[in-house]
Amino acid sequence: MPNIVALVKMVPDLVEELEINDSGTGLDRDWLRVIINEFDNHAVEQAIIIKERDGGEVTVIAPEAEGVEDMLFTTAAKGADRMVKLSHDDFEEGVNNHALARAFAEKAKEYQPDLILTGVQANDDLDGPVGPLVAEYLGMPYLGYICGVKIEDGKALVCKEYPGGLTAQMEVSLPAVLGIQAGEEPPRYVAISKVRQMMKTAEIDEHETDELDPDGGIAVNRMYLPEDAGRAEMIEGDEDEIAAKLIEIFKEVGAL
Amino acid sequence: MNQDIYVLIEHLQGEIADISYIMLAAARDLAESTGGQVVGVLLGHDAQGLADDLAADQVFYADHPALKEFASDAYLKTVASLIQERTPRAILFGNTTIGADVASVLSARLSLSLVSSCVKISEGKLISQICGGKIMAESELDENTTLVTMIPGGYKTEAGQSDAPPAIETFDAPALDDLRVTLKGYVEPETGDVDISKEEILVAIGRGIQVEDNIELAEELAEFLGGTICASRPIVDQGWLPVSRMVGKSGQTVKPKLYLALGISGAPEHVEGMAGSEMIVAINMDPNAPIFDIATYGIEFDFFDLIDPLLEQLEDA
Ligand SMILES: Cc1cc2nc3c(=O)[nH]c(=O)nc-3n(C[C@H](O)[C@H](O)[C@H](O)COP(=O)(O)OP(=O)(O)OC[C@H]3O[C@@H](n4cnc5c(N)ncnc54)[C@H](O)[C@@H]3O)c2cc1C
Ligand SMILES: Nc1ncnc2c1ncn2[C@@H]1O[C@H](COP(=O)(O)O)[C@@H](O)[C@H]1O
Repeated sequence: MPNIVALVKMVPDLVEELEINDSGTGLDRDWLRVIINEFDNHAVEQAIIIKERDGGEVTVIAPEAEGVEDMLFTTAAKGADRMVKLSHDDFEEGVNNHALARAFAEKAKEYQPDLILTGVQANDDLDGPVGPLVAEYLGMPYLGYICGVKIEDGKALVCKEYPGGLTAQMEVSLPAVLGIQAGEEPPRYVAISKVRQMMKTAEIDEHETDELDPDGGIAVNRMYLPEDAGRAEMIEGDEDEIAAKLIEIFKEVGAL
Repeated sequence: MNQDIYVLIEHLQGEIADISYIMLAAARDLAESTGGQVVGVLLGHDAQGLADDLAADQVFYADHPALKEFASDAYLKTVASLIQERTPRAILFGNTTIGADVASVLSARLSLSLVSSCVKISEGKLISQICGGKIMAESELDENTTLVTMIPGGYKTEAGQSDAPPAIETFDAPALDDLRVTLKGYVEPETGDVDISKEEILVAIGRGIQVEDNIELAEELAEFLGGTICASRPIVDQGWLPVSRMVGKSGQTVKPKLYLALGISGAPEHVEGMAGSEMIVAINMDPNAPIFDIATYGIEFDFFDLIDPLLEQLEDA
């Protein structure tokens, strides 16, 4: 029965307005709202699907961030067996993926995983995604862009995405790290009452990360919002005026 | 260390991937500031001919049955030994299903720095695009060989193509045994009910549509316009529309006369598949949505407030 570890991080919620910090080299974290990385959510789903099919245990590991406990309890409500929070003063202000991957690797290996799943990438990655770094730090093979996983005879048979809907079937020896693009099913919903119940009954293991080593990431000279170059012609007005203008445009391109 | 800029050439089922040409164009920009050459690194089996139209000063070619198609382990061993022997100034990889599997692992294996999601290189500065296209980050080469992953958007594919075949130097792949990753085969995509890459009018829906039932509204709109609906990735990942309707990096590339984007933010992975549309009209209530940077017309509005008056007027039109 496979031991599965899912690695999860919280990333900026892109629905909110993003701002640059005073030094001009990073995001302003004071007002930043963070949410689970979309693809990590798919990785958790895939981990639980494998557990439901093949048995085993699912451990979810995440670094400290605002809202991370709620996120972890949600994964428990979905079916994860163990929740681990990594803590370090620097996590809240953001660390690069090389530092995070070293911390993930150190903790993940304690669970002697057959499979480590994480999202294929995250929206704030600047020094590569976490998955392949963790794989190499643990000496495991890595495959990303994964959209399905079957475990057979000590190996994983995976579906890997290529452009245009083409997929490859690849075989990888275990233990391995996989970067999940989409789970076999969309992430499931759980009732908030179930999450609340977990908050009362389940416990999060807290693990103090000793030292964060960012080596391998590159220093950012400058971070900025994209310039409004070649911006769209904005159509203003109330609903009816905009609708009328749209109809003109549709006629102009021959759609009406 | 030499000053050359290497590019890992990506190919799939006997065809060069567009990202390879884009990277060659970017490498040319970078080589101008380092004073080195642009070198394509081609791994394959009986694939030397693929080098013919690469705009590189030189191509290093390794031939081995295990390199016929991409599988991460064989690629990793070959590229790692090449970097260690020749120490280029930088090596560019696609931020793709091929390059992203290789670049990060090499960063850890060889202790080399990595810059990801680079879209443009100018005067030695690497410009990355993150947070779904909402944030730009500028960095520069590290003192050692620097690994870079590239996304499309900053260069035209033609800029990396050439009529004059480059000089080819073959090199030996290292021992490629005990591979932990093997390719079993490809599964061709299921053909959908329509081929959106051939449609002239597309109504595209994104996460802004909120719930599955609202897809009907987009369908109604598409019917008026004689068009077809397509979508961004999250809609397909939810199982609301089939994969054949997905536009973007992992879906289809479309070039319609009209691309009407409803509640789509314009993340680079989506834009990659639709930037070539003749006219793009985007409706999005976030004034900072990156889709407005590539659209012809932008409407900063709640789609749900607009749809009824629009359908009414279409009825009368
Ligand atoms: C390896 C990889 C490959 C990928 N391939 C693809 C791909 O092929 N195609 C693809 O599309 N994506 C792809 N993605 C995902 C991509 O990164 C984005 O996550 C995705 O494109 C976002 O889709 P969206 O714009 O629909 O959703 P969001 O980014 O969530 O945007 C929704 C938008 O709707 C707006 N909105 C919300 N409500 C309303 C309303 N009532 N009225 C008007 N506007 C509203 C919001 O302001 C927001 O801008 C890929 C990602 C990865 C990592
Ligand atoms: N229905 C809406 N129509 C237009 N803009 C909106 C709407 N709801 C929220 N916004 C804008 O979206 C941003 C985020 O809003 P909120 O998600 O409510 O915090 C704000 O800048 C709002 O102005």
